[in-house]
Amino acid sequence: MFPAAFDYIAPGALDEVLSLLSQHGDDAKVLAGGQSLIPLLKLRFASPVIVIDIGRVDGLEGIRQENGHVRIGARTRHRDVESATDLRGTLDVLLDAAPLISDPLIRNMGTVGGSICHADPAGDWGAVMLAVGAEFVVRSSGGERVLPAVGFFEGPFTTGLHADEVMTEIRIPVGAGRSGGTYLKLERKVGDFASVATAVHVVLGGDGRISSAGIGLCAVGAQSIKATAAEAALVGQTPSDAVIAEAARLAGAAAEPKADIRGSAEYKRDVARVFVQRGLHTAINRAQGATA
Amino acid sequence: MAVDTTEAEAARQAMGGIGVSLPRKEDARFIHGQGHYVDDVVLPGMLHMVVVRSPHAHARIRGIDTSAAMAIPGVIAVVTGELLAQHKLAWMPTLSGDTQAVLATDKVRFQGQEVACVIAETKYIAEDAAALVSVDYEPLQAVTTPQQALAAGAPVIRDEKEGQTDNKIYHWEAGDAAATDAAFARAAKVVKLSTYYPRCHPSPLETCGCVADLDPVTGNATIYMTSQAPHAHRTLFAIVAGLPEEKIRIISPDLGGGFGNKVPIYPGYVVATAASLLIGRPVKWIEDRTENLISTGFARDYYMDGEMAIDEDGKFIGLRAHLLSDNGAFFADAQPSKFKAGLFHIVTGSYDIPAAHIVADGAYTNKAPGGVAYRCSFRVTEASYLIERLVENIAVELGEDPVTTRLNNFIQPEAFPYHSASGFEYDSGDYPAAMKVALDMLGYDELRKEQAEKRAKGELMGIGVASFTEVVGAGKGKDYDIAGLRMFDSAELRVHPTGKAILKLGVKSQGQGHETTFAQIVAEELGIPASDIEVREGDTDNTPFGLGTYASRSTPVGGAATAMVARKLRDKGKLIAAHLFEADVADIEFDHGKYIVKGSPDNVKTIQDIAFAAYTNLPEGLEAGLEGVTYYDPPNMTFPFGTYMVVVDIDKGTGQVKVRRMVAVDDCGVRINPMIVEGQIHGGLTEGFGIAFMELITFDDEGNCIGSNFMDYLIPTAWETPRFELGETVTPSPHHPIGAKGVGESATVGSPAAFVNAVIDALSHLGITNIDMPVTSDKVWAALRSKGVTE
Amino acid sequence: MKITVNMNGAERSAEAEPRTLLVDFIRTKLGMTGTHIGCDTSNCGACTVLLDGRPVKSCTVLAVQVEGKNITTVEGLAKGGKLHPIQEGFHAEHGLQCGFCTPGMMLVGAALIEANPHPTEDEIRWGISGNICRCTGYMNIVKAIQHAAAANAAENIAGVA
Ligand SMILES: Cc1cc2nc3c(=O)[nH]c(=O)nc-3n(C[C@H](O)[C@H](O)[C@H](O)COP(=O)(O)OP(=O)(O)OC[C@H]3O[C@@H](n4cnc5c(N)ncnc54)[C@H](O)[C@@H]3O)c2cc1C
Ligand code: FES
Ligand code: FES
Repeated sequence: MFPAAFDYIAPGALDEVLSLLSQHGDDAKVLAGGQSLIPLLKLRFASPVIVIDIGRVDGLEGIRQENGHVRIGARTRHRDVESATDLRGTLDVLLDAAPLISDPLIRNMGTVGGSICHADPAGDWGAVMLAVGAEFVVRSSGGERVLPAVGFFEGPFTTGLHADEVMTEIRIPVGAGRSGGTYLKLERKVGDFASVATAVHVVLGGDGRISSAGIGLCAVGAQSIKATAAEAALVGQTPSDAVIAEAARLAGAAAEPKADIRGSAEYKRDVARVFVQRGLHTAINRAQGATA
Repeated sequence: MAVDTTEAEAARQAMGGIGVSLPRKEDARFIHGQGHYVDDVVLPGMLHMVVVRSPHAHARIRGIDTSAAMAIPGVIAVVTGELLAQHKLAWMPTLSGDTQAVLATDKVRFQGQEVACVIAETKYIAEDAAALVSVDYEPLQAVTTPQQALAAGAPVIRDEKEGQTDNKIYHWEAGDAAATDAAFARAAKVVKLSTYYPRCHPSPLETCGCVADLDPVTGNATIYMTSQAPHAHRTLFAIVAGLPEEKIRIISPDLGGGFGNKVPIYPGYVVATAASLLIGRPVKWIEDRTENLISTGFARDYYMDGEMAIDEDGKFIGLRAHLLSDNGAFFADAQPSKFKAGLFHIVTGSYDIPAAHIVADGAYTNKAPGGVAYRCSFRVTEASYLIERLVENIAVELGEDPVTTRLNNFIQPEAFPYHSASGFEYDSGDYPAAMKVALDMLGYDELRKEQAEKRAKGELMGIGVASFTEVVGAGKGKDYDIAGLRMFDSAELRVHPTGKAILKLGVKSQGQGHETTFAQIVAEELGIPASDIEVREGDTDNTPFGLGTYASRSTPVGGAATAMVARKLRDKGKLIAAHLFEADVADIEFDHGKYIVKGSPDNVKTIQDIAFAAYTNLPEGLEAGLEGVTYYDPPNMTFPFGTYMVVVDIDKGTGQVKVRRMVAVDDCGVRINPMIVEGQIHGGLTEGFGIAFMELITFDDEGNCIGSNFMDYLIPTAWETPRFELGETVTPSPHHPIGAKGVGESATVGSPAAFVNAVIDALSHLGITNIDMPVTSDKVWAALRSKGVTE
Repeated sequence: MKITVNMNGAERSAEAEPRTLLVDFIRTKLGMTGTHIGCDTSNCGACTVLLDGRPVKSCTVLAVQVEGKNITTVEGLAKGGKLHPIQEGFHAEHGLQCGFCTPGMMLVGAALIEANPHPTEDEIRWGISGNICRCTGYMNIVKAIQHAAAANAAENIAGVA
């Protein structure tokens, strides 16, 4: 299986990328790590006229903490998140999710921004970003926009990104308080997309109550889902088995899975519930163990 | 005289005879990236072929428009069924005596069926053009199960066959119906199991392909192809394509695995060959993974009902098995022609069951043809699965430990040779011994205690047992043939004047290490170090005729041929030694490469001396040379066996099964190279694990294939694969020259039932007695849910 | 267009269309056939090469993307007629059968012990989980990588002493 023919360009500067994009519109495709785009090209599900490789643009990679945010360059590879161990304690859910994405070789190429822009409903980063309340910085030759993760994922492989825009950065707020999180994924084998996965991120206030909670669901709907009712049921509560069980039930109810070869809708919804329940226990334990 | 054991051992290792774990001779080229696979063959002027396949499972072809494809620069030809029909090549015979479309002319009968082939200067161009071949289809109702196929009013899939008015392929019986009925009539208890062994696929890491190079001037046809049976393929090519057999040379180079997938002849080979003939340039066809999964030899797809009659003492007294086989659109099973359901009648397994009756029916469906033995000796895997799963359920039903049920019903060691109720003569075995080794290795009793404690806490843990018996190494040739070719095999041994040898075989390695193992047999028999013996296979011009490698037959048949030809040369060596010693032949003794005259052990001629003399100093009247050929027709098959045990833990919340331990005790008779034997077992266990838990090809109602690439056809990685603990017993085969039985497939045959039995053992107290493979987490969860168990 | 890469330490170039996959570039344009193709969906790792020292699937990389970069294939493992420890390990521990996955497995294994000289069995299994072997059941591949790690360690100790 081979791609149909296309033109290729690998600009060294972002401005050049942006002007090429505004020039070619829908005929162009941005290439980051290529771990979703190249398979699509090979299957000829995508046949762009021109491929614009952002692999040689400076300044799109790396993880930094500043001004109450963790900032992740859009072209940061999955494996670089995996090894960013200094995120432990602040963004456990990222560290837990990264090694569960595809396989070690794909993680050496695939990028966080590429995954988010690709918006596969079974992609792992979407649910994580919803759980941690991320924002996406996107640029076009017309300027910059900052889009919250909530609302960004509009449907399978569709997002709020315009055809002439490039995502440059992911920003995740890290506030005061003790936080904990985790990512649980049901996969049939390594390298498989999730049958169901759940991202959980909680922050505890000084009084031990949950001051904020983020829950993202993966592969149980047309796009990554934020379980808002479950989150609301946690905020302000002192953690207990009952509180967690109720939130998990609500998270399960928020799932909109479809039956397929991986299982029935009922099955997937229940695994989402079980995972959120287990995930909240872990997240809260971690937050309680952490020193603020 | 005390033998210096260390010295003797060092000599044994240096010789590399039987029982030595000699590192493989073939490794060097592979670890340097110099393996030579079909896709590595590049010939001057070579063209590339891409196949256009049907998106429909069942449709009438109204027309094919190739003009847009032909218009692409670099496209040389687009071959359609119509063109082939002009050369009488649109249909070809299958290995099971049916016919199969090479390129569809009237109808397509499964999704992925070959409809046209584009031949172009590069593969990229061929694929561009293939996308432009436009086929006008009239979709027809698809038949996707044998039950649908045999129902009244089902569309007739093979309407082109004269006299075929339904979708039946065969009806076949074995055993004794009356005796079995009588056993059931007097049974104290009858236990039944209905189970489906799903369609799966051997999918070796290298797909199938060929490079066909036909010289229009000389008429010579050299075909490099992924073939487990190059000689049989040459003969079939001669018959299919009408080419003179002496002009055909099949070269099967290094194979990237086979597992049965490379036994049949596929349309791609035939079209590439025809195209090369018509165009006059070499044509390469390499299928991609999707093509491999959707169109080439699948395995299993058997619906099985088993029932056991049991007497008051818990003894098995009769077995009935009925199976319904889904053979896809063409009956292309690769198996001995007299046995429509292969060797399924080995279904009585390791048990002394006085009466058995087996009924098998085959049906056409709108699915890919195949029915190859995926690491299996012709349907032995299905049989072993049925009996071992049935025995598990019998134990549950009787309230016995499954080990007890087995020990109570095993064929006893003194009963061999044992005549089974379905007609086999088991050559040898000691089933309780293998069971005992497995029990000890596992620490069975302790684990049963742990299980009881866990169960009290509501945790799910299971221990699965399977004690399989296989039948491998077909022939004998009188009873077993493929497409008429008797199932013997061959070895040709040439010892050169300097005492180095070359061994040529009719079988063909796909990774089993023949270049090492067979050299070791010669080393053992002749005393020429294995390092001095080159093994050649896979080139029909340069090896003796043989039926090839599948059904674990290389060692039982090819290995026996090797030992026998070596013995022939050994005996000729005695004549030469007698001449050199000026002694009587009757006084010459041979021991590990040394000839002596009885009573004077210090006067030695080595096999190397003898080899030199065979070309330089011969007795009067003796033919020169030290060369020979043997065609070995086995007197019986061999019956490897073993006991496998698996421990699983089940996550109630997700239904996920985690294999905690896997103990595999195999008895394959004498082990030629223990390291290679263990490697074969590891591989087979992993494939069995994959089949039990994840490998699946299935279809939706329209006949669309699900499981058509490695995203969906799941093959275990190192992470999921259990860590295996291997044990052994050795019961040599009494009729095999070196007592070996073949081991390539035991693990795939025996392990699926052990895995599934472990899951059932964890759940049977809840009333769950069956989950069909693959045992996926959602099925386990649903079973638990049906019994009210949740997290 | 002309593509130039540093292939196993030497500069190599060839003409290729932008759509050419790196694996095809290596196999057909550079004529090095040790890198294999086992699937269409980036699952098997038969095509593994090292890109600037890290294993990637060369069927899921365009040749143009790696212009000017360092590529290591199986052909680059042995140096000056001396086997790489990972090659020794695969031979000594029977880490290969048909050999089709072997180039990829060895490259992943070599990169793994480079990054983590003393891997645990779990780390090895996790590290090679992007590569499928259909023959060996992985048991001996794990041993082969352990063998290579031990050989490296022994050599380093010898080097220090
Ligand atoms: C075998 C396999 C298994 C996988 N398993 C998983 C899994 O389990 N979980 C998972 O989450 N993912 C999985 N993936 C996908 C993988 O994570 C991809 O890396 C990721 O989805 C895309 O990132 P990329 O950098 O490779 O993007 P590319 O393939 O380069 O691009 C993907 C899409 O995003 C666009 N794009 C990329 N970057 C930008 C940008 N900065 N701005 C605007 N648009 C952009 C591209 O135009 C394209 O449409 C798997 C992939 C494979 C091949
Ligand atoms: S060929 Fe299978 S991953 Fe590249
Ligand atoms: S050795 Fe055959 S695929 Fe690994």
